This record gives sequence, structure tokens and C-alpha cells, in this order.
Amino acid sequence: MSQLLDVKGLEASYGPTKVLHGLDFSLDQGGVTTILGANGAGKTTTLRAISGMVTRKGTIQLEGAELSALQTADITRKGIAHVPEGRGTFVRMSAEDNLRLGAYSRSDRAGIAEDIERVYSYFPILKQRRGQQAGTLSGGEAQMLAVGRALMLRPQLLLLDEPSFGLAPLIVQELFDILKRINVEEGVSMLLVEQNASLALELADHAYLLETGNIVISGTSESILENETVRRSYLGY
Amino acid sequence: MDLFLQQLLTGIANGAIYACLALAVVMIYQAIDHFNFAQGEMAMFSTYICWAMIAGGVPYWLAFFATIIISFVGGLAIERIIFKPLHSAPVLSHIVVFIGLVAIFNSTAGAIWDHNIKTFPSPFPEGSFGGLIGLHEVGMFFVTLLLLLAIFCFFRFTRVGMAMQAAAANPDSAGLVGIRVGWMLALGWGLAAAIGAVAGMMIAPIVFLEPNMMLGILLYGFAAAIVGGITSPGGAVAGGFLVGIIENMAGTYIPAIGSELKLTVALILIVTVLLFKPNGLFGKTIVTRV
Repeated sequence: MSQLLDVKGLEASYGPTKVLHGLDFSLDQGGVTTILGANGAGKTTTLRAISGMVTRKGTIQLEGAELSALQTADITRKGIAHVPEGRGTFVRMSAEDNLRLGAYSRSDRAGIAEDIERVYSYFPILKQRRGQQAGTLSGGEAQMLAVGRALMLRPQLLLLDEPSFGLAPLIVQELFDILKRINVEEGVSMLLVEQNASLALELADHAYLLETGNIVISGTSESILENETVRRSYLGY
Repeated sequence: MDLFLQQLLTGIANGAIYACLALAVVMIYQAIDHFNFAQGEMAMFSTYICWAMIAGGVPYWLAFFATIIISFVGGLAIERIIFKPLHSAPVLSHIVVFIGLVAIFNSTAGAIWDHNIKTFPSPFPEGSFGGLIGLHEVGMFFVTLLLLLAIFCFFRFTRVGMAMQAAAANPDSAGLVGIRVGWMLALGWGLAAAIGAVAGMMIAPIVFLEPNMMLGILLYGFAAAIVGGITSPGGAVAGGFLVGIIENMAGTYIPAIGSELKLTVALILIVTVLLFKPNGLFGKTIVTRV
């Protein structure tokens, strides 16, 4: 498989506090990669650094094109859709307006209408909720809306920040099944950040383990699953 | 009864102007979280530009629309040149810049066009509507109503309007769907300046043109924004009409207030609302995580 995203020497800081200390990693075209790690390891920051939402250093290349000098909106327009921590829906707007805004950078009306229907086919509940204010949706519905809104961009790469957070186990399973379908059927590559390591390794083919801003272990999901340290610290057996 | 009707209609007409200023203030508040104290001076300066064009022989409506466009570009430029670099500066820096802008616009207007009070033409015929209200007031009401309607449609039905709302509500998420948040803020400033310009040009025939003409009116505008709720554009508009009516009624029916202490009514309203209903009548409570 060819490389989609290539990151070298990625550093990120909030004010004077450095959070990432030079990460090197790459994502395969059409693959699902997960970043595992404890609270405060820098998982969310890694995603935010890719999207240009924190001060960062290093090179980030999407199919050879350098992203590190671009602003968030322009990185998005290159085909990287970010489902942020806490979902980040526009709470006072309707579900469908949220989806429409997801396609803000596109101008093909027919394609947008088609994609809204496609999102509804993945998440039928959103169709029922289309006119409802996003702030009144349940946690699961809001997460589905956040993923749906990201898909409206027709992204090459989907950055997912803890999509399982605060959701009931059944809803989580449903959501991850759909993410799998999106990956297989549409070839959308994914970079997934999760607290729930076993769930993440089920979906992902590659994994990186992050500890206090450094990558300490990397490999295929199978090899990570067999790793003693990971098993003891993150899988609990 | 006639007096009551007269005062009610005048209140509504003036309220339309307050509504415009309140809306302009709310729009900038949503973008940068601060009251734009220079909103009135910006509107005054726009009105002078219009006056200069008319004095130079440009037909009224041409000057009117040209002024709107100039003000829009001016507001946009103020955001890009002055406020963009101050993006993450503390509150006090913003306040100082606002005061600076007030001083700059006020004295520049005085320097260019002197401090003498000037009459400003009305595009509407003289006379009155049934002896109750001047035709200029009627026209002013409809012009501002049209403007508010246009703004409402812009925000509700256009792609850019939606994007501006998104950028104000959640800048991070807006960036993540490809909205250039910085430009949306600038656009907000441009629109606010344009709305202020309309308010200035419409009220100038009544209060006359001079560098301090908007001082009192902006206070009413602030009162309107606070009464309606600083987070709610619709509330600001409703607040504008409410303040206009209350101001006129209080001035007429409470002898102690009369026409001299009318401005006090605005301040009393501001203090009362902030004391008892800090979010205004239509605003939403904002909870900030610390």
C-alpha cells in the first residue's frame, strides 16, 4: 500500500508547554491506524497538530503535499476531515444544516444532496432528526452527526477523536461497524484516537502507542495485541 | 390618545434605529466577545461621507448605497488591520483600541468637516402621516425594517450567512469544515459597519450631523442589545424597539424625566437588566468552563 500521510519530527505546544516531542509516523492509503495512549499522552494533540489547530513544528505531508504551513480551513479543503473531541457539532443549527456546513467548501449542489442521502443511509436515525437542533440530539446521535458532517467533505482521510466517548456499548458497536463499512466501501483512510484500546485495535490495521508525547511502540494491530506492555497497560489482561 | 399614539409611533421609529445599532453591536460581540464602543463613531463617520457626497452633487440614493459599500469595506479593513493582530490579546487591549478608534473617528471627522452642526437631507417628502408622525420617521422605519429583513434572510438562507453563524458559534468546528474563520470575523465587522452607516444616515436628519451625534444613540443601542440579550441578534432587534418605546413614553408621561433626562432611561434600563436578568430577555445563559 502506498503512503497517504507522512509525518516527520512533529512537535506541538500549548504556550510554553511542549506536548509532542518529535513524532514520526505514516498512514497507509485506505488503512485504519490508531493511536493508543493514556490520558495526557498527546493523542488529541496529534490530531489537532495535523489539522493545524495548535502551534506545531515538523513536516506533515499528504500525498507529498506539505500541510504544516496551512491554516485549518485549507488543510480541511485538502481532504482531511476531523471529527473533534466532544463532537463539535453546531448545537443551535439543525442536523441537516450541520451536514450542509460539512460540505461548505464544495460547490456541486447535486453531489451534496446525494451525499446527504448517503449519510442518512449510514445513519438512518439522522434522517428522522434532520430538522432537530443538533444540541438536542442524544450522545450517540450527535456523534453520528459529527461523523456524517465529516463525510460531507468527501475526505481522503478521517481523523476520529474518541468517537466512543460517553456512548453506550451497543451504540459504540453500531458506530464502529459503520466506520468499518465507510473504510471498506469508500476507501476512506482513518486515523483513530481511542481510550478503548481493544475496540480500536479491532477496527485498525496499524497502531502507534504514545507515551508523554513520544511514540514508544508501533506496528500492525496483531503485533500490538501480542505485545506484553500494551496488553498489561492498555488491554488489562 | 393622540399624544399616546404619537409617542408610540415615534418610539417605534427611533427604536428601529436603536435596533440597527444593537444588531451591529451584537454581531461584533459574537465575533470578538466585546462591545464595540466605536460603533457609533464609525456610523457618524459614514454619515459624513454620505453628506460630503451629497454636498458634492451626488444624488441621495446613489450616495446612500455608495456609503454602505464604503462602510462595509472600511469595517472589513478595521478588522483585518487592527483586530486581527490582536486576536489573542487581553480584554484591555481591545478596550484601548476601541477608545482609540472613537477618538480617531471623532477628531478626524471634526478636522475634515469641522465641528459645526450640519443639516442632513432626508430622502422622504416633508409633512406628516395623519399628524401623528413625520414622513421621514415613517420612511426611516421602513428602510431599517427592510435592512433587518435582508440581514435575517442573509443569515438564514445563504451559505456565507450560515458559515458566519457557524464561525461565531464554534470557531474550531467551523475551521474543520473548511470555513475561513478569520475572514468571517472580518465580514462581520464589514456588515456591522454597513448597518451602522444606514442607522447614521437615517437618524441624521433628526439629530443633525456633528461629530458627537451618535453618542446618545449608541447608548440606546447598547441598552437595546442588553435588554434583548447580547447573544441574540433577534433579541437585540426586539430590544431596540422596546427601548425606543420606553424612552419616548418615559419622556412624555413621567414629568421628572421629560426630554432632558431621557438618556438616563437607557442607563437605568442597562443597570436594571444587568441586575435582574443579566442575559437579557432573549439571550441564553453562557456557561464557561474554567
